Amino acid sequence: MTLYILRRIFGFLVTLLIAAAVIFFLLDLLPGDPARFILGINATPEAVAALRLQMGLDDPAIVRFGNWLFGMLRGDFGLSQTQKLPVAGLIADRMAVTLPLTIFAMVISVVIGLPLGILAARHRGKIIDTGLMILAQTGVAIPNFWFGMLLTLLFAVTLRWLPPGGFTPWNEDAWASLRGLVLPSLALALPQAAILARVMRTALVDVSSQDFIRTARAKGMTFGEALWRHGVRNALLPVLTILGLQFAFLVAGTIIVENVFYLPGLGKLIYTAIMERDLVLVRSATIILVLVVSFTMLVVDLAYGFVDPRIRERRA
Amino acid sequence: MSLVEIEKLTISFGGKAAVSDLSLSINKGDRFGVVGESGSGKSLTALAVTGLLPENAEVSGAIRFDGAHLPQDEKAMARLRGQRIGMVFQEPMTALNPLLRVGDQIEEALKLTGHEGDTAVAGLLTEVGLEAQHTDRFPHQLSGGQRQRVMIAMALASAPDLMIADEPTSALDVITQRVVLDLIREICDRRQMTLIFISHDMRAVATLCDRIAVLRGGKLIETGPVKEVLSRPADAYTQKLVAATRMAPRQGEPHVAEKTLLEVVHLTRAFPQGGFWRWRQKPLLAVNDVSLRVSAGECLALVGPSGCGKTTLARMIVGLDSATTGQMRFEGTAYRGSDLPPARRADLSLVFQDPFGSFNPRLSITQSLGEPLRLIPDLDPLAREERLMEAIDSVGLDRAMLARFPHEFSGGQRQRLAIARALVTRPSLVVLDEPVSALDVSVRGDVLDLLVKLQNQLGLTYIIISHDLDMVAAMADRVLVMEAGKIVEEGKPDALFAAPQHRLTKALMEARLPDIAA
Repeated sequence: MTLYILRRIFGFLVTLLIAAAVIFFLLDLLPGDPARFILGINATPEAVAALRLQMGLDDPAIVRFGNWLFGMLRGDFGLSQTQKLPVAGLIADRMAVTLPLTIFAMVISVVIGLPLGILAARHRGKIIDTGLMILAQTGVAIPNFWFGMLLTLLFAVTLRWLPPGGFTPWNEDAWASLRGLVLPSLALALPQAAILARVMRTALVDVSSQDFIRTARAKGMTFGEALWRHGVRNALLPVLTILGLQFAFLVAGTIIVENVFYLPGLGKLIYTAIMERDLVLVRSATIILVLVVSFTMLVVDLAYGFVDPRIRERRA
Repeated sequence: MSLVEIEKLTISFGGKAAVSDLSLSINKGDRFGVVGESGSGKSLTALAVTGLLPENAEVSGAIRFDGAHLPQDEKAMARLRGQRIGMVFQEPMTALNPLLRVGDQIEEALKLTGHEGDTAVAGLLTEVGLEAQHTDRFPHQLSGGQRQRVMIAMALASAPDLMIADEPTSALDVITQRVVLDLIREICDRRQMTLIFISHDMRAVATLCDRIAVLRGGKLIETGPVKEVLSRPADAYTQKLVAATRMAPRQGEPHVAEKTLLEVVHLTRAFPQGGFWRWRQKPLLAVNDVSLRVSAGECLALVGPSGCGKTTLARMIVGLDSATTGQMRFEGTAYRGSDLPPARRADLSLVFQDPFGSFNPRLSITQSLGEPLRLIPDLDPLAREERLMEAIDSVGLDRAMLARFPHEFSGGQRQRLAIARALVTRPSLVVLDEPVSALDVSVRGDVLDLLVKLQNQLGLTYIIISHDLDMVAAMADRVLVMEAGKIVEEGKPDALFAAPQHRLTKALMEARLPDIAA
């Protein structure tokens, strides 16, 4: 198991390094001089040269890449070109919104999706199964921003239980921040829960026709007991894969829902940075996303190993 | 006094009867064999006794266990199974939960019957001949035979009155098969347990059981004490099954030419093992410095237990895998495996063991059979069609079958098609990997006859991989015995089997089930 973990961590670090190189050199290839961009069209060549020197732009690309990497290791992500603020702080502020939002959405989708999937598989072919799968199909089909608007109409406008949008920073009123995240995480969770339910059901139906389920029944279990004790864990592998992908998707893809609920999240930050050509910010935000996504994949890989002893010792 | 009484049992699926009007009575202490080929309803009958039939099965008739009707309630039936009936299934590879340690799986069976205790698992493991250290293993860390022992331990957990073993040894090699059969017999004796043994293998039933029922197409053909039924089978079908267990040795002198067709020279195939510093680990030598010669027209057999490297060797010969060191020469062309030039590859064919898995279900027979013809350049459509016709004629099937799909054929027909596919490029050497072991006994003879006929007609050279010594004795001119990647003994089948020298050959001969007494 130790070997398996070491291998996965090594793979994770290599992925990060390659991704960092791709991001850096791709953005480096873009035409345009950042120094000139900062100083504006009317800057004198001397001023541009001075700024280039100060920003270290005249160094060879490999040196700048190294500096950037080591800077990040020390927590220095550089200055945003448009906002003149440390990028690390900007991203951290936004992560304080996006990360809890993503995690809530994940938790909700797991809590709703998995049990429904198991229930459907348990009664496959029956009316419960058909009903649940129609529901899941609908859930997949509904766009989350539209569902978000419906939620706002019901819970914020009509019932006035929750705020319709906006975000109170955590250090001002944590309760208010939490309340602000409820509707957006519900909106995000719905399609994810529907997908999870479908995946869980399919995986479990596959597993239920396996020989070891029959063995479990032969030992004296009913079909339901056998499915619960031996089926669910075996069906978990495909579900874990989907969970990992969903988490990655949520971190990077919450922008539409953030717009609907006026949340200052990471998606919005990146969107603005791209629109304003803030390359330093784009670069750092992208590498943070890569970090989160690869870390998720690492966790999923380790979870595989935890669930399945065969993966732990596979010679790969 | 009968433990299981089956009365006018009919099981049907969508109106089609799979078992019809079956009545059987199994006494306490019987070792009862149920024999039949695929589709005879023998497994369905066993599932009916344990209440494990698929949900869409329509059942009529009555089953009484120890005088009482089987409970209708799912939970009550499950607990009855858990406490009084133990089951062992055919596929030890898939019958255990891959994610749990075998000790935990056995313990679960104990818990369900209230027999738990620290020593119980260890006791069961000892009884089935496993060691205490096996408790912590996962199923994939055990061999097929060991897994089947774990299955038996689980079945014994409840100290059941009845054990049902459904083809418990057909996925195991000969030596392991014998060991497991002996184990089952010994346990039944010691525990005074009733056994229902389901098998297609007459000889296994004759070795293990005292009463027998022969099933065909869901109907009872014959039943009675094993000795009577097998020595004086009343029904023609039973006679045929008994006759199929005896294979006539090969007639006539082999017509082996002096010419060497294939030469294997110091061939080794190493598979890297795990470990973080992979290059420091010793590799696993699946084939270890093997040299052999095959003459044109010869029929060479490779025998050995599972995992001895015979299939790896065959894969390299036909170019599906490459040797780590050493080389092969096929009619003068030197190659290491997958570097065999396509033009030469057409001269080598392989027939796989499983006729169900070796055909792509979405391709018509024409498409499947036509695929090897890609190896032959510039074949015009007419010649192509001619080849297909020739191949399908040669295996005795109808030309109209070319338009059909694999699922429309029976096992025997599919294996004929697999042979046709191997012949379509007009090869000189055909490698047959367990060509009949997945087939019903009654069609095995036909397929083997066909292979002999084709060899005579087309002057083919065969390499047969098998662990069925009777089949090998009937087919081969020369036998190579393999163990752990090495060839340990070689000889003509009659001489080799009459006086085996190597320990493994002796073990193989001893494991052979006795012939049915006439």
